[in-house]
Amino acid sequence: MDILLMLLWIVILVVVIMLHVAYATYFERKIIGHMQVRLGPMRVGWHGLLQPIADGVKSFFKEDIIPENADRSTFLAAPIICLTAMMTALAVLPFAKGWVLADIDIGLLFIFAMSSLASYGVVLAGWSSNSKYSFLGGMRSMAQVISYEISMGLSLVGVMLLAGSLNLSAIVEAQGDRFLGMYLLPQCIGFFVFFISMLAETNRVPFDLPEAETELVSGYSTEYSGMRYAIFFMAEYIGMMVMASIGTVCFLGGWNGPFPVPFFPPLWFVLKVYLFMFVFIWIRATLPRYRYDQLMGLGWKLLIPLALANIVLTACLKAILA
Amino acid sequence: MFLQLFFAYCALMIVASGLLAISLRNPVHCVLMVLVLFFHMAGLYLTLNAEFLAAVQIIVYAGAILVLYLFVLFLVSLREELHLNGFVPNAWLGRIIAAGLAVLLLAIIPAFILGEKGEWTVEAVRQVTHTKALGQELFTTYLLPFEIAGLILLVALIGGLVLARRDQAGSGDGVDPEPATIGKEVSQ
Repeated sequence: MDILLMLLWIVILVVVIMLHVAYATYFERKIIGHMQVRLGPMRVGWHGLLQPIADGVKSFFKEDIIPENADRSTFLAAPIICLTAMMTALAVLPFAKGWVLADIDIGLLFIFAMSSLASYGVVLAGWSSNSKYSFLGGMRSMAQVISYEISMGLSLVGVMLLAGSLNLSAIVEAQGDRFLGMYLLPQCIGFFVFFISMLAETNRVPFDLPEAETELVSGYSTEYSGMRYAIFFMAEYIGMMVMASIGTVCFLGGWNGPFPVPFFPPLWFVLKVYLFMFVFIWIRATLPRYRYDQLMGLGWKLLIPLALANIVLTACLKAILA
Repeated sequence: MFLQLFFAYCALMIVASGLLAISLRNPVHCVLMVLVLFFHMAGLYLTLNAEFLAAVQIIVYAGAILVLYLFVLFLVSLREELHLNGFVPNAWLGRIIAAGLAVLLLAIIPAFILGEKGEWTVEAVRQVTHTKALGQELFTTYLLPFEIAGLILLVALIGGLVLARRDQAGSGDGVDPEPATIGKEVSQ
């Protein structure tokens, strides 16, 4: 019985997340449209509300092309690795008090492990396509993800020190429901490093070098079409959501808000995640792309030293004050 | 029962993927097999209630070290640059030596004695969570070995730095020395 209930929760979560992914693309196109003084999708349904569904159906029925010289098994597996890793990370996210599939003690580390696995999908897609553009995209992604994973992990050590736990629910509980309890203020350096690394980890503008369309056509996903391309797309949006959720849990106090919501406890969590998503999109509409050496310089010479300094500072302050 | 089945599955997969990793022809596939192997190692750690080790196993080995291996594989065109001469003249001689080693290892197994039980029983570890127990032991009881390991890693780091810098001084002022032939041959 417990197993059936668990399965039911998993199915509900997957369906909600898939709908979220579909409408996140709509959200993004609409916002970018209005920021560029156009309307965005308008044709399918009222104000284009059915556009994501139409897109989904279209990509589902498109022809699935596999290049002749591709490494077939790896080519087929790459998008699935990407999506599975990202979706597995969802299992440990606490959406509200008790609304979590697996409340494990190493929640934060688990998410890191899964996001580092997702980079395999991208790298293998780049390699197995056997095309120069894909290969360069995969290489770039690999270097970028390795460098920024370090600064991201280090930026969250401050949060772990303050909360004294790696369990995501415990981190939210430790912040309490007051505004000043949020780790945003005591961990402002950590948040700064985390936010920039988050953009780089999810391959978003201004760090979207792995799929820079003006240089690499579409980077690692150049050779993919139809549903397999859509799977990469989904993985990218779920990745954005997972990163936004970590930001919410670790810095913005998770599900806690100014007042409890009676019927839908995750409301504050969802609102905070969408705030992050909005900033993602806002940045995409505003900033130009970084140059590759600047990206590496920023990661290794600025963010990692800053994150290390933040750890030392937090540990010292905690030792003095406690 | 479930634990035994899980252990059997992990052990089987570790052996199988290990064998595939040394027998597959394409080096990238070999690295992927090692990835599968690391995954199941992490699974074994989970059966031992060592969830921190399991996570670190995936983050460090799968997420960082193997990716670096892939990086090197992509940059080196293996067909031309790697030509290994056989270590022993005859393949059968090698097989006999390997089989002998295996028999030796199996013969040693009965000599295995279970150690004394320490203060960290499974219940005690579960109570304070594995991460905390590991951290406390590491930074109190085993502080000296920990510091020595840290020092060795620091030396290795400095060594890597020195080597990288010397390379750069040799080939002009840091212009990318890679030619355009990157990895075309590797993926064939």
